[in-house]
Amino acid sequence: MISLAGRDILHAWGKFVFTGVGLGLLIGVTLVMAGVYRGMVDDGKALLDNSGADLWVVQKDTLGPYAESSSVNDDVVRAILAMPGVAQAANVTYLTMQVRKGESDVRAMVVGVAPGALGGTPGWPPYLVAGRQITRGHYEAVADIATGFKLGDRLAVRRNHYTVVGLTRRMVSSSGDPMLFIPLKDAQEAQFLKDNDAIWKNRRRTEANPAFNRPGVPGLLDAVIASQSSNAFVNAVLVTLKPGHAPDEVAESIRRWKRLTVYTRAQMEGILVGKLIATSAKQIGMFLVILAMVSAAIVAFIIYSLTMDKIREIAVLKLIGTRNRTIAAMIMQQALALGVIGFVVGKISATFSAPLFPKYVLLVPFDSVAGFFAVLAICVLASVVAIRMALKVDPAEAIG
Amino acid sequence: MSGKGIRIEGLSKRYGKGDTSVYALKDVNMQVAPGEVVGLIGPSGSGKSTLLKCLGAVIDPTAGRMSLGDEAIYDDGWKVRDLRALRRDKIGFVFQAPYLIPFLDVTDNVALLPMLAGVANGESRTKALELLTALDVQHRARAMPSQLSGGEQQRVAIARGLVNRPPVILADEPTAPLDSERAMAVIRILNDMARRFETAIIVVTHDEKIIPTFKRIYHIRDGVTHEEAGEGRDVQ
Repeated sequence: MISLAGRDILHAWGKFVFTGVGLGLLIGVTLVMAGVYRGMVDDGKALLDNSGADLWVVQKDTLGPYAESSSVNDDVVRAILAMPGVAQAANVTYLTMQVRKGESDVRAMVVGVAPGALGGTPGWPPYLVAGRQITRGHYEAVADIATGFKLGDRLAVRRNHYTVVGLTRRMVSSSGDPMLFIPLKDAQEAQFLKDNDAIWKNRRRTEANPAFNRPGVPGLLDAVIASQSSNAFVNAVLVTLKPGHAPDEVAESIRRWKRLTVYTRAQMEGILVGKLIATSAKQIGMFLVILAMVSAAIVAFIIYSLTMDKIREIAVLKLIGTRNRTIAAMIMQQALALGVIGFVVGKISATFSAPLFPKYVLLVPFDSVAGFFAVLAICVLASVVAIRMALKVDPAEAIG
Repeated sequence: MSGKGIRIEGLSKRYGKGDTSVYALKDVNMQVAPGEVVGLIGPSGSGKSTLLKCLGAVIDPTAGRMSLGDEAIYDDGWKVRDLRALRRDKIGFVFQAPYLIPFLDVTDNVALLPMLAGVANGESRTKALELLTALDVQHRARAMPSQLSGGEQQRVAIARGLVNRPPVILADEPTAPLDSERAMAVIRILNDMARRFETAIIVVTHDEKIIPTFKRIYHIRDGVTHEEAGEGRDVQ
């Protein structure tokens, strides 16, 4: 038996291909939406991977440093280093801001990294694609390549200027902003730096306070002013463990003795995926559902229209003895063919358009396979209306 | 008459129920022998289409008996189970418009019927080509219906109606869209095929040009038929 669906498609291939391309662009958008979600999750995991930490020590009862603000004293790190099972501990600060370069600016997450072994200290970029790591205590930066900065570029963070000495890749925040690494002290200063007028007014107020400006106590006022203009806080302490020590045990020990909140890698991943990007994931999920419904409606409409155009032929086919299942198979095969054309076009368009998106779009094979079967299921469902109509056609219509 | 051909006895068809019911056919009797071509003529609303639909096993009569070939189809409320297979194997249809399947070429339009009956594709196409040759359209075997003239399309439609060698062909205004010369050619072909394949053919028509070619004519008016002899003019 010849394939009636195949012959019909070949006969009107232009209509099918153009319709398939239209549907394919819609499927492409759907695949990209799924890729945006995967990219967000991957950004979160990349953030954790690149930090190089096994534990995150943050302010007590907060979900910091990524999902909530967190502030811990920068000397806590010394106490943590003395805990059993801790191999390395390093202060880190995170500040998302607009980093200026000349007249333009780039949104970036500025990471303050503590001095230590080059690239081996938690918080440092684990690898570079160009240049070198930060070797000075001030005014050097390593930038993610997605910032658009180049080696030797001069950029401004708050009042200070930095020279880009190294470039790295895939160092992003959980929201996809590229990272800029600067020395910890500079980052601490930048995080709480007030403008000049505010500093001046604060000094005047302190001078006017007789408790701080006591006659006969030289140096008290200077000490108070100095403490007010410096920042002794960081957002978190990143900890790596010695081999053979379980993260949960060390975390529990730190929680108990240091009265801080500590997260393991699994807990931090849960916070990022389950809390930080949960709303975005739901949003994208809603879009996926809507796009699937729109796709189903379009396929149903197209197949319905194509079937309506063939009412007379279907009546003739039924009159000359064609089985209902042959007619139903013809319609369903056409719907599936449309779905396959649409999926191929959608997959190609998604693959080529994904790198053009400003944020990371991760197209994973599982999504493509699931998408393919979802498209086929949608096409089968969408063809039901047309099949029902075709099966209702009276063969007597062919006679008139 | 043998058991072949068409035999109708006391066929009636009523639409609706109770006081509003209308008889479209009343006690119709008809016999068409194998190899015979008869005309069925009547004004609009006379019951021609209803009779054709009953003969084509598309609608069920209310009462009466009908047999096609040597097989009883209806017998006062009883009917054969698989009317779809009956239409496929026992009845050939030729319509006013050819109604060829536009996405199949000429050969496959004709070969589709044996394929539907389970005959292998190659054998079906061979059968189709034999008939297309007999109807002198074999040179358009690979053409699509849209590439054919009206006469060629009607010959392909006749080939489709004949390909399963049905004992009966129902032709509904087969010459209506054709000019005089082509109309006579179609009638000639139907007569040839009736003789060659021992097929009983009923031609429903209004076409004054072809009415004189029938040896027997059934007139139908208000659902009642009566038979009369035709001129039987030679169409060779």
